[in-house]
Amino acid sequence: MATTITKPETLVGKRVRRTEDPRLITGTAIYVDDIKMPGMHHACIVRSPHAAARIKSIDAAAAAARPGVVGIFTGKDVAHLGAVPCAASLPGLRVPHHHLLAQDRVYYVGHAVAVVVATDRYLARDAADLVEVDYEPLPAVADPEKALAEGAPAVHPEWPGNVAFNFHQEGGDIQQAFREAEVVVQQRITSQRLIPTALETRGVVADWRPGENSITLYSSTQIPHLMRTMVAGILGMQEHRLRVVTPEVGGGFGSKLNVYAEEALMAFIAMRINKPVKWIESRRENFLVTIHGRGHVDYFELAARRDGTMLGLKLKLIQDLGAYHQLLTPAIPTLSVLMMPGLYKFKNISADIVGVFTNCVPTDAYRGAGRPEATHGIERMVDILAAELSMDPVDIRLRNFVGNDQFPFATATGLSYDSGDYAAPFRKALAELDYPAARSRQKQARAEGRLMGIGISTYGEICAMGPSPALPAGGWESATVKIEPTGKVTVLTGASPHGQGEETTFAQIVADELGVPMSDVLVLHGDTSVVQYGIGTFGSRATAVGGAALFYALQDLKAKMRKFGAMLLDSSAVTFSGGFCVDEQTGKSVSFAEIAVAAYHAKRLPPNTEPGLVSTHFWEPPNFTFPFGAHIVVSEVDRETGAITIHRYIAVDDCGKIINPLLVAGQVHGGVAQGLGQALWEQAVYDETGQLITGELTDYALPKAHLMPFIESSHTETPSPVNPLGVKGVGEAGTIGCSPAVVNSVVDALAPLGVRHIDMPLTPEKIWQLIQGGHA
Amino acid sequence: MKRKLSLTINGKPYTDEVEPRLLLIHYLREVAGLTGPHIGCETSICGACTVMLDGRAVKACSMFAVQAEGRQILTIEGLASNGTLDPMQEAFWNEHALQCGFCTPGMILSAKQLLADNPHPTDQEIRHGLEGNLCRCTGYQHIVNAVKAAAGKAQA
Repeated sequence: MATTITKPETLVGKRVRRTEDPRLITGTAIYVDDIKMPGMHHACIVRSPHAAARIKSIDAAAAAARPGVVGIFTGKDVAHLGAVPCAASLPGLRVPHHHLLAQDRVYYVGHAVAVVVATDRYLARDAADLVEVDYEPLPAVADPEKALAEGAPAVHPEWPGNVAFNFHQEGGDIQQAFREAEVVVQQRITSQRLIPTALETRGVVADWRPGENSITLYSSTQIPHLMRTMVAGILGMQEHRLRVVTPEVGGGFGSKLNVYAEEALMAFIAMRINKPVKWIESRRENFLVTIHGRGHVDYFELAARRDGTMLGLKLKLIQDLGAYHQLLTPAIPTLSVLMMPGLYKFKNISADIVGVFTNCVPTDAYRGAGRPEATHGIERMVDILAAELSMDPVDIRLRNFVGNDQFPFATATGLSYDSGDYAAPFRKALAELDYPAARSRQKQARAEGRLMGIGISTYGEICAMGPSPALPAGGWESATVKIEPTGKVTVLTGASPHGQGEETTFAQIVADELGVPMSDVLVLHGDTSVVQYGIGTFGSRATAVGGAALFYALQDLKAKMRKFGAMLLDSSAVTFSGGFCVDEQTGKSVSFAEIAVAAYHAKRLPPNTEPGLVSTHFWEPPNFTFPFGAHIVVSEVDRETGAITIHRYIAVDDCGKIINPLLVAGQVHGGVAQGLGQALWEQAVYDETGQLITGELTDYALPKAHLMPFIESSHTETPSPVNPLGVKGVGEAGTIGCSPAVVNSVVDALAPLGVRHIDMPLTPEKIWQLIQGGHA
Repeated sequence: MKRKLSLTINGKPYTDEVEPRLLLIHYLREVAGLTGPHIGCETSICGACTVMLDGRAVKACSMFAVQAEGRQILTIEGLASNGTLDPMQEAFWNEHALQCGFCTPGMILSAKQLLADNPHPTDQEIRHGLEGNLCRCTGYQHIVNAVKAAAGKAQA
């Protein structure tokens, strides 16, 4: 049994191409709309064309008479069922009862009024067009500041004034900070409503099996287990009789971190018609009824000394909530408050949030969820302060960073920053740019009358969501590792990745820990009947929390394998590495596969040891993680057209330990694209009457390949002490770091014209107007 | 009022009775059972439904199935031959040019078209060549890398 053992190359930290990809590049992956079942019916939803109206009557007779139509369901059919859930709670929060279908009134354009079910997708749509709904239109309000004005139409008649909640948070001594201040700068900064636009819209297939008294719900979601619990609650059924399966998910970005009416509706309808039923959201519906992101109007006041030392920050935050609360709607702006100090050490803050109802689709978590807004705010304010004091935006940041000797750093908002070296990525980015040379070029450009700008964003974010007390339904994550009798390894992760690549990164971790080839590791997720309860993928948590759970499950199994190894080798001291248990004294070894078979055949067992090699871990993180980084943008504005060209985009991100640099780069690039989308192009526009003007991809300006700059992405690696992998999370970093760097750059370009602030998106028209007017 | 439709998909003959209003993408996905091409918008903006029609990339959401009468269609399922990936598929895999994968089948076929028209494109030509295909995950940079890699391979 003596073997020459060479330690295999470790895979963590290596550029490994994804194990997910073969099915995706060959068109054989199964997304929800690819599911077909015998007897499957199709649902089409009749939606309100009005932002506010009373429903006087619904006449579905003509629709019901159409060929293929098997059922039409309206508000009264579902009035007895539970409400679409809001898991967030705040003191005094007003929570409107969110029925699965509108009852006597509609509250936003797209509000679901009726469901038509037919044998065929086209027939369902034909019949839906024949459902006659008699509406009495009512005054609507779509702008949160107008909704707060005296005499505004009440979105919910029982709550005139449209305030859903007020929330106050304070840390340190804000009065003292402002008394001490030698300079105070103020700015109103908006973070416009955005449409997440996962390329795959939402969809549900509900399969009711009466003989088993169970439903299987196939849904494109980020949170299969939470969905199971909540949909079972809506329907009043036992949750273990509901199975949620997440097939391939075509992007989420937070928009599928939710439980929508349609999931419960389709389960209910499947039970009523005794047939499987499918509903696939159209792109138009996706824009109208899937959550939007952001929707802030922020009023900032920053107190400082004339040497640039920041003393305190005040924020009045107006959050456009929309007409209802979806899963986390009211909680999102509280994340903005948590992160409002950014990377800076000042200890005095005061924040007031007012959550406002509008006749629009609800806002909720969209990539970054509250942190891009916070980062945009503080990073704009730092630049405004620097301009006020005629300081370099580099110097003012370096002066105010939390110092390396201050970690863990207790913030004024009650957080504990885990680890950091905030100047490191910043200095790296400045060096890559050659900052002094860039400023010289800018001087030269200005002398030639050109509008060139350099914009900096040094951002921090709160990731690895998160300790359970901070999340409504728990913030832990689970992992099961099963070493099969043949030595193959199956991982069940409660995180439900959907494009992030954990099938690969988790296999890398397993391969290193157990010494098996990656090809022997299968990572399963997204099926509540296969995987133990889990929380899901959002908030840059899958690897930082789910990966840690996996790590601990692996340690259990390694300990158990050592016991079997010691037994097989008749040794009292064995080590386990590289896929072998080795008796250090004799050099004899047994392989991983030999141990696996021994553990299952169980002819002999080590003392106090059960057969089998399976371990499940639920890992509760002791803290969030706090990634950070620096983005620098060099831009030029065309005086004639207002068009912006980005000459350089430098991103230096510190997301802790990197497991797979290829995947991390992908996350950064994609994140930056969404940040750039917000900065330059994207905006959900509602008109005065609550009609969504940007209601199709033809009207909503998504980043395209030729519009994107080349992103120069690199990293520093400061491990997190919060989890054993040292990882921090990277899913949202690009988005959070991006927008202030872009806006700071364009404001810097226009500074000679007296421009001090511009709200996003920086459309050429807006920039051209500023150039004509000369100031903002 | 169904009409007879005969065409060739991925080298195999298909004959079906279809409604004249049936979109080609719905025919491919729901009648022919080829779910590789996806539906992202139905307004010809996103490109997820891109297939090759007689060797030219088209958006299958913007055509009726009956317009494909007698024609040759290639979908993503037909791109690999005898289990060997097309160099473009291989390049997308190597360069991590996909995340959620929903745009990928259309993106790969558009990229094939791009190289057929211009075998040695610059980065900017690649970006312009793909502007009819949306990707929300990758920021396009790895897709550009993949197309360049595939072009390089074709050259070698």
